Amino acid sequence: MIKVTYIDHAGTAREIEVEEGVDLMDVAVDNLVPGIDGDCGGVAACATCHVHVDPAWQDKLPPMGEEEDAMLELADDRNENSRLACQLKASPELDGLILHTPIGQH
Amino acid sequence: MTETAVIVGGGQAGAQAAVSLRQGGFTGRVVLIGDEPVLPYQRPPLSKTYLAGELAKERLFIKPAAFYDKINVERILGKTVSAIDSRQQVISLSSGQCLSYQHLILATGGRVRQLDCPGAGHPRVHYLRTLADVEAMQSEFTAGARMVVIGGGYVGLETAAVAVKHGLNVTLLVARPTPLGRVTSPEVGKFFEDVHRQAGVTLCCNTGVSAIEDDAGDGQVAAVVTDSGYRVLADVVVVGIGLLPNVELAESAGVACDDGITVDEYGRTSVGNIYAAGDCANHPNPIYGRRLRLESVQNAVDQGKTVAATICGKDKPYAQVPWFWSDQYDLKLQTAGINSGYDQALVRGDIASRSFAVFYLREGRLLAVDAINRPAEFVAARNILSKGLSVSAERLQDESIPAKALADQTDPLVTENTAPESAQLSAQSGVQKRSQSNAIKHDRVA
Ligand SMILES: Cc1cc2nc3c(=O)[nH]c(=O)nc-3n(C[C@H](O)[C@H](O)[C@H](O)COP(=O)(O)OP(=O)(O)OC[C@H]3O[C@@H](n4cnc5c(N)ncnc54)[C@H](O)[C@@H]3O)c2cc1C
Ligand code: FES
Repeated sequence: MIKVTYIDHAGTAREIEVEEGVDLMDVAVDNLVPGIDGDCGGVAACATCHVHVDPAWQDKLPPMGEEEDAMLELADDRNENSRLACQLKASPELDGLILHTPIGQH
Repeated sequence: MTETAVIVGGGQAGAQAAVSLRQGGFTGRVVLIGDEPVLPYQRPPLSKTYLAGELAKERLFIKPAAFYDKINVERILGKTVSAIDSRQQVISLSSGQCLSYQHLILATGGRVRQLDCPGAGHPRVHYLRTLADVEAMQSEFTAGARMVVIGGGYVGLETAAVAVKHGLNVTLLVARPTPLGRVTSPEVGKFFEDVHRQAGVTLCCNTGVSAIEDDAGDGQVAAVVTDSGYRVLADVVVVGIGLLPNVELAESAGVACDDGITVDEYGRTSVGNIYAAGDCANHPNPIYGRRLRLESVQNAVDQGKTVAATICGKDKPYAQVPWFWSDQYDLKLQTAGINSGYDQALVRGDIASRSFAVFYLREGRLLAVDAINRPAEFVAARNILSKGLSVSAERLQDESIPAKALADQTDPLVTENTAPESAQLSAQSGVQKRSQSNAIKHDRVA
């Protein structure tokens, strides 16, 4: 099992154990994490699963695709740590990952 | 007495309204009633990954049951709302049960347009709107089977793409000169026609269906007879010829309807305390200065939010740029805006490279984009439309300017439109923003 922690804008943390390979938007929806809607079902078409990845994890993430990069332009508070959760999959390298949900999505 | 909000229709719009009511601070009862026997689910995968067998059924559901429990949304599933008494503010279910409401949200969606020709009831004829529809055709969806798809809209094209990849022999019959004729341009339609042909689909345009015959008299094989006299044998027929909005319940309660349930920018119908959202609703769109009835996830979600905000007393007029996507093969089509009434179609990029965008303009102003494997152009167009920016045709087409920079407001060439925001993009001049009479037909899915 891999641990992923979602922290909302108010600082509330939710630590969730997930199986390898699951998509981190699905995990958030299944576990009622606020601020992650996933309206397009995870096909990088809506940007409602925008998260800020904790900087410590930046270099462990898979590179961002062209589509994800483009869609993130729709997110209000995009920064250098922005990713779409639906494009991230749980993997052993990401065990302990921390994701912050941006304030604009609450 | 606690207030009760009743939501009729457990689809994308109904589910969103329930969630948004709670997010907006509604503390009364929320009751979500749907005639399908399952929790609200996403329809887009039904003609894409779910049909392809690449997505588990659990992943279709918009939220898990625990979510609705947590936010205290009651669900009545597998039951139909059969009548509304708007004076007493009571709805009745087909089971005989009655429920009072203070707020009633109609999120009844639509039903497929049925094929209207002799033999249309053949057992091998299927439609694709619900999970049950997909399950009903699954046993016939096997490699080597002959499939005829009737209808060149998104649902028909996506179904054909999944089927041919799955090893079925697919014939696609399109009534118009090109596929997607109702929603896009001949350029984009022709592109998809070529793509499907290259993938091995037998595609016939300008071809209507005059009858379905039972080939051997045993209900096993359908013979699709075209208006040009061909007879195409099929182990499975999928019909995707559009959607009819479910307005009958509203109409019977005296709610005004005209190509959908007529709502204002707050999602209110003509009858007090009754609201509508999603595929069933016809709204005034300020960006285009006219009424639209849209069939898309975006619209269902955003209107669900709008009606919830209205009920929570946080009026938030609906003023969204419509957007939509469609996945076929390795192609992702993303559409922003509504192109109807365009007088100029500009291609950015090379169609042959399978990565290009077509911008639609009228009198030099952007109306819409179809972006094929060009997400940055899609995003730029959404920003241009939502912020009311003015970007010249030359700039849109100039590939030396990165797509990301097209809507960059720090660039002196990107200006805000000075003319009043509404009516500018309207097809007819002088359209009244809240006019009820100029409803236009706009089926996204067929
Ligand atoms: C195959 C397919 C693919 C699609 N692909 C895309 C896509 O890629 N992108 C996109 O943006 N959109 C897509 N769409 C469109 C999108 O799914 C719809 O616009 C959206 O589901 C509309 O949501 P809704 O809640 O308004 O209506 P619906 O989802 O139709 O929900 C309405 C529900 O209310 C129920 N109901 C109706 N009347 C009653 C009653 N009297 N009592 C109780 N229940 C009732 C209906 O049975 C239904 O379950 C697709 C649609 C289909 C069918
Ligand atoms: S869920 Fe839509 S972009 Fe991630």
